[in-house]
Amino acid sequence: MADAVVVGAGPAGVAAAAALAEADLEVMLVDEAPRPGGQVHRSPPDGLDLDMAALLAAGHDAYRAFHARFAALRPRIDYRPQTLAWNVFAGEIHLAARGALEAVPWRALVLATGATDRVLPVRGWTLPGVYTLGGAQAILKDQGCLIGRRVVFCGSSPLLYLAAVQYLRMGGEVAAILDTTPFARKVAAAPRLAAAPRTFAEGLGHMARLRRSGVAIVHGAHIVAMTGDGAVDGVTYRGGDGVERRTACDAVACGFGLRPETQLAELAGCALRFDPIHRQWFPRVDGDGRAGNGVYLAGDGAAIGGAAAAALSGRLAGLAAVADLRAGTIAAEAPRLRRALHRLRRFQHGLAEAFAWPHGRVADIADDVAICRCEGITAGEVRRAVGAVAGALEVNRVKAATRCGMGRCQGRFCGPAAAELTAAALGRSDGEIGRLRAQPPVKPLPIAVAPAEDAA
Amino acid sequence: MSTRRADVAIVGGGLTGCAAAYYLARRGRSVVVLERGFVGAQSSGVNFGNLRLQGRYLPQLPLALRAQAMWEGLEAELGDSVEFVQAGHVHVALNAAQAQEIERHAVDCRPYGLEVEILDRRETIRRWPFLGAGVLAASWSPRDAVVNSRLVCPAFARAAIALGAAIVEEIEVTAIEHASGRFTLRTDRDLVVEAGCLINAAGAWAAPLARRFGEEAPVFPAGPVQMVTEPVPAFVAPVIHAVDGSILFRQTARGNVLVAGHPRVTVDAEGRRSRVPPAKMAVNMARLAAVAPHMRAHHIIRAWTGIEGYLPDMLPALGPSGTTPGLFHAFAFSGHGLQIGPAVGAVLAELIVDGGTPTPIAPFSIGRFREPVAADRDRLRHEFYDDVLDRRPSA
Repeated sequence: MADAVVVGAGPAGVAAAAALAEADLEVMLVDEAPRPGGQVHRSPPDGLDLDMAALLAAGHDAYRAFHARFAALRPRIDYRPQTLAWNVFAGEIHLAARGALEAVPWRALVLATGATDRVLPVRGWTLPGVYTLGGAQAILKDQGCLIGRRVVFCGSSPLLYLAAVQYLRMGGEVAAILDTTPFARKVAAAPRLAAAPRTFAEGLGHMARLRRSGVAIVHGAHIVAMTGDGAVDGVTYRGGDGVERRTACDAVACGFGLRPETQLAELAGCALRFDPIHRQWFPRVDGDGRAGNGVYLAGDGAAIGGAAAAALSGRLAGLAAVADLRAGTIAAEAPRLRRALHRLRRFQHGLAEAFAWPHGRVADIADDVAICRCEGITAGEVRRAVGAVAGALEVNRVKAATRCGMGRCQGRFCGPAAAELTAAALGRSDGEIGRLRAQPPVKPLPIAVAPAEDAA
Repeated sequence: MSTRRADVAIVGGGLTGCAAAYYLARRGRSVVVLERGFVGAQSSGVNFGNLRLQGRYLPQLPLALRAQAMWEGLEAELGDSVEFVQAGHVHVALNAAQAQEIERHAVDCRPYGLEVEILDRRETIRRWPFLGAGVLAASWSPRDAVVNSRLVCPAFARAAIALGAAIVEEIEVTAIEHASGRFTLRTDRDLVVEAGCLINAAGAWAAPLARRFGEEAPVFPAGPVQMVTEPVPAFVAPVIHAVDGSILFRQTARGNVLVAGHPRVTVDAEGRRSRVPPAKMAVNMARLAAVAPHMRAHHIIRAWTGIEGYLPDMLPALGPSGTTPGLFHAFAFSGHGLQIGPAVGAVLAELIVDGGTPTPIAPFSIGRFREPVAADRDRLRHEFYDDVLDRRPSA
């Protein structure tokens, strides 16, 4: 038994692992990726000569510092890359790696599982050439590849501007930024955004850089469709003036904010709470990340906050676990960490308000647009399941009736949109919207990992 | 407080309750179904979907064959798809004892009108070449079928509503009074139901209602483990089912492979929560890989179980109450309720409307538990994990 199992080797997980290792506890750090860094500090494989300093620019210092910290931590922990944490059951975390299964009991479990892109289904969003924003960045950082030669960045996310600038730096052409949030909304959120002046200034800098490069930035855009026959060839949208326009492109990166990866937390028995600003469900934790029963949460999987907040919350969760395991009080640095974290989360709340997921647009999604891309379930099928006699009264029943969320991704991508669509169809968009319950495995589990029965 | 009067009140909106509501409404009876959660959300809606005739308890075959004839026309009758596919079932023998068992069963079920063909290993592999080395022989029952269990209860519920039945979801029955031949059901909502007849179709939670009327049924809950793979290229039309139920699988039209296999696992009936132990998932994955080796290349994308009611002789409680006129029991179908569901609904309608049914149901009378019944643990060992039986309430 390890004293602590940490899931996720991004900034939150590595900070938590470091805090635990510094206290001389035995730490197992489990990560699905082959190399540490999570999404934000993702690094290219050995042998790929990618100029990360040029790609990341001002972000390169944080990237270098993270990888240096990890290199120092590496000999002190049991690091398990390319390992899928697929279930939590009866006090054990279940791993699959190198063709085998392993069940690991813990005294403290830190879940730093991060977030994925939140999707807004629009006509054409499943065309080849349409990527999530995180996917577009992952391909760039991991392989040095661009998703296309001429890329439209669209959605409601501050990361649109960062990712677009990274594409410019690597020689890509940015066809347009179609930001679905109105400019006034961002102005209104500015006082909160000032809570993190450096990040705020960086964001403004990215916008300025894009403008200097002649990139069209449309605020308050309504994305009508991604067009193309067999592959995306353009995006049609309406600007503030209501006129429909089209931008030609050969790839689209869509980012409508982030969605916390909460399935492992849910399987570990953590309670969830509905956040009305993000309109999503987050695990319920105390200020240091305690979820109860020896489970701790950190990073974007606990509260959307970005890389700096993730590292702070990871260290706090690690220190909280150390204090709890030793039945002592938390380290003296904790109050400072809490204050810094509070400031960053306040900034993130400002961002969430400025770049709100356009839930009002759910009613506009045409009946023939796919919601669940794995199973090919359309918005119309979801609406019919709700509207039928003895119809579905919540999103899990919609899933049962339609297969929406039953595919390979298990609702990780379609779930929030399906919940919004269900709530809208029931006329219940104002309050809490539902969510698909987590079921194991949290990601596809290879049948070949099971040991033959007589050998088991 | 609003009061609703009906000919029949049904507690439980699973398959039994919904089918009974439909067949009663078709016979002109007014019906109210009270369901604590959602229709078909418990074991009726999360099971494997087998409509299996072969391997059934022989005295149940008249009920099962009646049900199969109903299933064959059900989608047309209800006007709804339940993804009925009649592509047969193959029971594969994985050892000599199982090979003998299927031969004996093929002979025994013939007098009931069920034809099952015995295939040797060579013929079995010729028909289903993907089967692994452990398969010694098989029995083939072409009338066996499958449905998508998630769709069945809502389809019955909609058809019943169309005929005037009331189906109330998210309502809990808190007390039942019985006086002058009438049942009065109080609920946790603003509704009281009065009815001349009452059907106890409360599944794994039915025992307290029976006890309320002085009848014991040693119901215990358990969960059959289900998993599904990602979609894979089409390779099998019928259900492949080990004779002892230790592994079974089928492929959907979409390409996903549903995988199940005994023993069943412990569930939390009170908390209405059920989880599949990861070790059991691994066992079923290994068994799947042994019977269909090419499946090793694919992935499991979801695992689940449901809460089913069982009785120690693995037969349901079905028929009139022995203590209370107007009360009918239909619960604890012990893992094989889906296939007989429509016939159970029709039989309940006959019991209430005609006062009797032509289909033999005597072996399922709740009266068989008047004297305590000891579970035969050796017989149940392959059906349940030990912890299920250890928790079983004493009869």
